[in-house]
Amino acid sequence: MTNGLEGLTTERPSSALLKQKAYEVRRDILTMLHAAGSGHAGGSLSEVEILLSLYYYKLRNDPGNPRWEGRDKFVLSKGHCCPGLYTVLAHRGFFHREELLTFRKLGSRLQGHAYAGVPGVEASTGSLGQGLSIANGMAIAARHDLTDTRVYCLMGDGELDEGQIWEAAMSASFRHLDNLCGIVDRNHIQQDGFTSVIKDLEPLVQKWEACGWHAISVDGHNLSQLMDALDVAADTKNKPTVIMAQTIKGKGVSFMENQTRWHGRAPNTEELEKALAELDTAYRRSIAGA
Amino acid sequence: MPEVKKVALRDGFGQGLLELGRRRSDVFVLAGDVAESTRAELFQKEFPERFLNMGIAEQDMVGSAVGLSLSGKVVFISSFSCFLCSRGYDQIRVSICYNNQSVKIAGTHAGITVGPDGATAQALEDIALMRALPNMTVVVPADAIEARKATIAAADWPGPIYLRFGRPPVPIITNEQDPFEIGKATIVRQGRDVVLVACGVLVAEALAAAQALVADGVESYVINMHTVKPLDEATLLTAARTAGAVVTAEEHQINGGLGSAVAQVLARNFPCPMEMVAVSDVFGESGEPEDLKEKYGLTWKHIRDKALDLIHAPKLRC
Repeated sequence: MTNGLEGLTTERPSSALLKQKAYEVRRDILTMLHAAGSGHAGGSLSEVEILLSLYYYKLRNDPGNPRWEGRDKFVLSKGHCCPGLYTVLAHRGFFHREELLTFRKLGSRLQGHAYAGVPGVEASTGSLGQGLSIANGMAIAARHDLTDTRVYCLMGDGELDEGQIWEAAMSASFRHLDNLCGIVDRNHIQQDGFTSVIKDLEPLVQKWEACGWHAISVDGHNLSQLMDALDVAADTKNKPTVIMAQTIKGKGVSFMENQTRWHGRAPNTEELEKALAELDTAYRRSIAGA
Repeated sequence: MPEVKKVALRDGFGQGLLELGRRRSDVFVLAGDVAESTRAELFQKEFPERFLNMGIAEQDMVGSAVGLSLSGKVVFISSFSCFLCSRGYDQIRVSICYNNQSVKIAGTHAGITVGPDGATAQALEDIALMRALPNMTVVVPADAIEARKATIAAADWPGPIYLRFGRPPVPIITNEQDPFEIGKATIVRQGRDVVLVACGVLVAEALAAAQALVADGVESYVINMHTVKPLDEATLLTAARTAGAVVTAEEHQINGGLGSAVAQVLARNFPCPMEMVAVSDVFGESGEPEDLKEKYGLTWKHIRDKALDLIHAPKLRC
């Protein structure tokens, strides 16, 4: 497999490449989860297109020099969904793809929750609610230093139960952090069930707007909508933008989609084979239909 | 006795911040709505562009500090110790310590001497909370001069660090020219009969106890253990081997603080009779600092009495 893109990404990648990457990344996520024997399938599959829109389009970074000073920054606040991030980073060339099979194993850099020891991971996370504050701090520093660095933070929707998110939401708008973009993986499911049942978040867009944010709602599996939203966010002045990405938990695998039990599970061998076969078929069809 | 000059440790902190701000342009100070009380305001007035008041939101303050630190800034966060350490604990654990970011956590109004505000405002568990965390360093200065030095030294310290400061004016017991090094205890007095190991405002009480003990024919070895973690084991063990008995003194709960840290080292290296002067696993209450110290057993008399207990009945205890 190629990395698809090298170095800076300023042009929109072809939809064929993105489609291929979405397919490969989902395959790799499931394969690494199966090898690990545990992990979070649902939210890792729901965030794939969000991560692709960032790492194959909007983020300025250098896989060969992850600490390049001019880079944009991404904080995965929902640290349990690191399989998606690790996989995309590997595909972009931050480290070898073979390493994905060490996920959650003793001695591996690929810790069970996002770990900053992995090239390309900006901050260790895993206790929910903490990432947006970290992203705020990065955005404040970037503005103080007069750089054009942009900072992105991906949150889970269940994670929005945490009070710290709303402390951070108020800080970001109060400080007019227009170099900050939050993204919510709105898959409607948290560990114990549907968000509407556990602690309903609605009206969610209005909550962010009431906190002073520019809010955009998109289909979180539609890459052109996601890329459009990231462009609009970058052009929005004087306030931070939040992209409400409507997604499907477990996206791409029929028996995982919208199933609460797949929040924190890894597929067994039989489930993996079935899931990969589904992904293969769907991908072949989509190429044939293109 | 000559009148001893009294200055609050938080004033030493504010002074240290101001000096740092003047010396280097990468120092940021974050406050949690109590900047005047913590003395972070001194920095704010001179460097408003590097000062952020995060409001009453300790969790967010901790996280923002980490984002700034990951971007190369030298960041101090400041609030009352009780709020900062307890309310921000998970953020300190994960965002600061697991990321191993050298955020400088300045908790003021620590200990029972915060006084009339009562139990909720009296941080008595902060040392235990902070020293339990991997990567964390814990510094408890003894007076305002040491508070200033600790603040300045913290700027260059490579890992997460907690600095503990009190509210009321307390005696100045160190000198400007005394060396101060994080992790290196100060021997304040040499003696052969008992070791008094203290931190924070109880160092002054330990010195007073040592003076009183002379009348009982007891010569005390007094250590200012300003760094509770990493503990200066060498200095402690040298003193313990000399005197054979140790009393610790701290303005903190008996569980998990300086006494626990010292006991841990002695148990493994040189078991000897030991006593602890600390708050005995209870909450404080409203009152004047000196009255509270008296009621909760944190004065020089309590240190003296524990020392005499050890010296007169060590065999019964072993």
